[in-house]
Amino acid sequence: MLGPFLETLIGGLMTGVLYALVALGFVLIFKASGVFNFAQGAMVLFAALSFARLSEFMPLVLAFALSVLIMIALAYAIEFLVLRRLVNQEGIILFMATLGIAYFLEGFGQSLWGSDIYKIGLGLPTNPIFILESIFPGGLLIDPTELIAATICAVMVLALAVFFQVTRVGRALRAVADDHQAAQSVGIPLNRIWLMVWAVSGLVALVAGMMWGAKLGVQFSLSLIALKALPVLILGGFTSIPGAIVGGLIIGAGEKLAEVFLAPILIRTFDLAGGGIENWFAYVLALVFLLIRPQGLFGERIIERV
Amino acid sequence: MRAPSERDIAAGEVLLAVDDISLAFGGIKAVSGVSFDIRKGEIRAIIGPNGAGKTSLLNVINGFYHPQQGRITFKGRPRSAMRPYEAARGGIARTFQNVALFKGMTALDNIMAGRTLKMRRGFFWQLLRIGPALAEEIEQRRVVEEIIDFLKIQHTRKIQVGKLPYGLQKRVELGRALAMEPDLLLLDEPMAGMNLEEKEDMCRFILDVNAHFGTTIALIEHDMGVVMDLSDRVLVLDHGIKIADGAPAEVQADRAVIDAYLGLSH
Amino acid sequence: MLYREVGQFKTSYDADQAIFPIAQDRWFVIGLVAFAFLAVPLFAGQYFYTEVLIPVLILSIAAIGLNILTGYCGQLSLGSGGFMAVGAYAAYNLALRVPQTNIILVFLFAGVMAMLVGLLFGLPSLRIKGFYLAVATLASQFFLEWAFARVKWFTNYAPSGSVAVGRIELFGIPIDTPGRTYIFVLAMTVVLALAAKNLVRSRIGRMWMAIRDMDIAAEIIGIRPLHAKLSAFAVSSFYIGVAGALWGFLRLGSWEPLAFDVNRSFQVLFMIIIGGLGTILGSFLGAAFIVLLPIVLNQLPSWLGIPMSTDTISHLEFMLFGAIIVLFLIAEPLGLARLWAIGKEKLRLWPFPY
Repeated sequence: MLGPFLETLIGGLMTGVLYALVALGFVLIFKASGVFNFAQGAMVLFAALSFARLSEFMPLVLAFALSVLIMIALAYAIEFLVLRRLVNQEGIILFMATLGIAYFLEGFGQSLWGSDIYKIGLGLPTNPIFILESIFPGGLLIDPTELIAATICAVMVLALAVFFQVTRVGRALRAVADDHQAAQSVGIPLNRIWLMVWAVSGLVALVAGMMWGAKLGVQFSLSLIALKALPVLILGGFTSIPGAIVGGLIIGAGEKLAEVFLAPILIRTFDLAGGGIENWFAYVLALVFLLIRPQGLFGERIIERV
Repeated sequence: MRAPSERDIAAGEVLLAVDDISLAFGGIKAVSGVSFDIRKGEIRAIIGPNGAGKTSLLNVINGFYHPQQGRITFKGRPRSAMRPYEAARGGIARTFQNVALFKGMTALDNIMAGRTLKMRRGFFWQLLRIGPALAEEIEQRRVVEEIIDFLKIQHTRKIQVGKLPYGLQKRVELGRALAMEPDLLLLDEPMAGMNLEEKEDMCRFILDVNAHFGTTIALIEHDMGVVMDLSDRVLVLDHGIKIADGAPAEVQADRAVIDAYLGLSH
Repeated sequence: MLYREVGQFKTSYDADQAIFPIAQDRWFVIGLVAFAFLAVPLFAGQYFYTEVLIPVLILSIAAIGLNILTGYCGQLSLGSGGFMAVGAYAAYNLALRVPQTNIILVFLFAGVMAMLVGLLFGLPSLRIKGFYLAVATLASQFFLEWAFARVKWFTNYAPSGSVAVGRIELFGIPIDTPGRTYIFVLAMTVVLALAAKNLVRSRIGRMWMAIRDMDIAAEIIGIRPLHAKLSAFAVSSFYIGVAGALWGFLRLGSWEPLAFDVNRSFQVLFMIIIGGLGTILGSFLGAAFIVLLPIVLNQLPSWLGIPMSTDTISHLEFMLFGAIIVLFLIAEPLGLARLWAIGKEKLRLWPFPY
């Protein structure tokens, strides 16, 4: 019993790291500009599509570099065409603008690169690894692709976390997140900061897209995975990097465990036509958390002052 | 609407009694051991240097903040921990330093919103908008129009309040508070940002409200001239502590008050 | 010159507060409704009924519902699809298991069921605000989607997971032609729209808007956030549920849960953004826009003489949707309804410049 549980747990945690990376993209942008970037999912898809298609006729490293440039160009375009024109609007308007950007990107990405399912051949080993064979009969199964993906994501996450805390630019970003006007008044160049943040977010989306794409193949539903990052953000708070990590792990593990262990019980009890609990478990989990702590695990308590 | 244990207060009796109230946010003490009362029908000014805790005090009376210690008695009934809408139901209305109007609504709608508590007709009547609900809307509109006439803001009725100049916004906010027909009206710097003419108008409104409707008023104000003209009694706070309490002339001459304003105390 | 209020004095508050205080507006709308009931059936063909009029009307009802919740009360919801599903499946089950039920009762039942579910999923809004609430509504969306796909009872144990409705009749008259369906849907829409307009003009409407604009200030004038938010969820879900039932019964005839997925939720949200948040008119304009755009796009290849695959067209649709949303938000965040109002203002002055 413990064996399968651990196996599922480990698998779930690794998926969780991938979720965390996607969530990080959200956090970066929200931290710096207060904008809830709904387009993050579409960015992941767009980045993955670019990389997948480019790598079909050029070496991987070159494809990667080119994809990075594409994402930076995208960031420029978004900043110039959309964000700059909506500077003083309320949050909800900006959010809806990112909704629009998301739809646009999905259509644009697919008309540019095609809408089939594409494989990302990173040359990662695919033979399953077995660990702890001495303790559990047959050992625990681990997917090496997932393991490598999780490691890469973890490295990126840590790097970004450090960047925000330690560097001057990171501080400036935090200032901007707090108060646009105040940050402007002390001379922080708003537009450039936003540009940088969206570019980094694009890079994050690219890596996330590559990792997810290697796992599942690049297709339309990738953007739905990014929707899954939302419960992660709820658990971890919208502005906390460690929160995104912890939230991602909890969601990833919780989801997998629920699907494997809870679903069969539900199917039996309610005579269901199959499982698929993964579709909503993360959201309901987040909802329950929110009811207990409306600001998420790591978010700040909002004290309303009149 | 009167709760069972509330009493009818006669003019001159204590309407609101604040007893040894202390309020702290984390380590910061906003209000420490403040006690005072407000008598029915009077105009009470609360003054003090910036950061003295005046707004916090109003927020406590209003139910926004709950004091860590102390008691508030309103209309003879103790109520230290209540929600703002309970305060509203109890007969306390409020305006704010930063004009808390509903920016997406017109001036008329804002003041009509102030009549919410006075409107009885249920959901289905509103759905159909005939008979009782319609009659009620019209009746309330009549009342609101009186307030609009009184405050001379007829021309702003159908304008979205976000688009009005600051001085008019403040008047609309006063109108909304008046629409509640409150027993106690709390005004947080009603004259802030106004020129001389506007201030005179506002003074007159406040005096009229007090004279005509008998509304008890507590106001936070910085302009000493206004305070002298308007108020019956003055409460002075500094760093969250009461340093003087009495008639305007006394308070003005009080040594401790002068020192506080000059920054000599502490 | 024609569109002037000169000489129109309102002699009572009732007249001033009427939905259309300007006489020309009143006549225009009465004329429009009469036209819709009497004249349209004379020349509308089947295509126009089934692909334009009926979808626009039904989706307008859903848009009104979402507008009440999001536009008037400020509670962002991404769960419209799920609530439409509740309405559709509730109606299906009632019609299936109690076959003699009057069809209007069936639709009302759909609304009530959706309302109850809406109340349940609306409870979190008391603790959760803003984007957090939007994500919480996604929980309701995905859960409901899943429930209708997996809980076999809802689909009457259909092996394919899709359901179909049989004959629909009202007081013995079968509603089986597009023409009759159109009249039925039109009648329901007019009644529901009028009811909504009444609500938003009255005390409850002001409560909703107060919560939207500044919920702290709303409390000070005695509004209970609980009451206001839950009532918004309730009314909104009712409308969306009725729309869902109408959609399933009169537009689709048979459906799977996919008809009410998260894309549907976004579709309704786009309608109210483009049409105008916080306006009833905007709900209609937005619905019309969203329904007509794909139709126009589909004709594009033949107009331009360039062949395009369906894939390309659907991608183009996505791109245009997104671009238009952004454009509207930059240029006129208040949507088509605002543009309409500005147009009327200009018309008031016409032909004079100011």
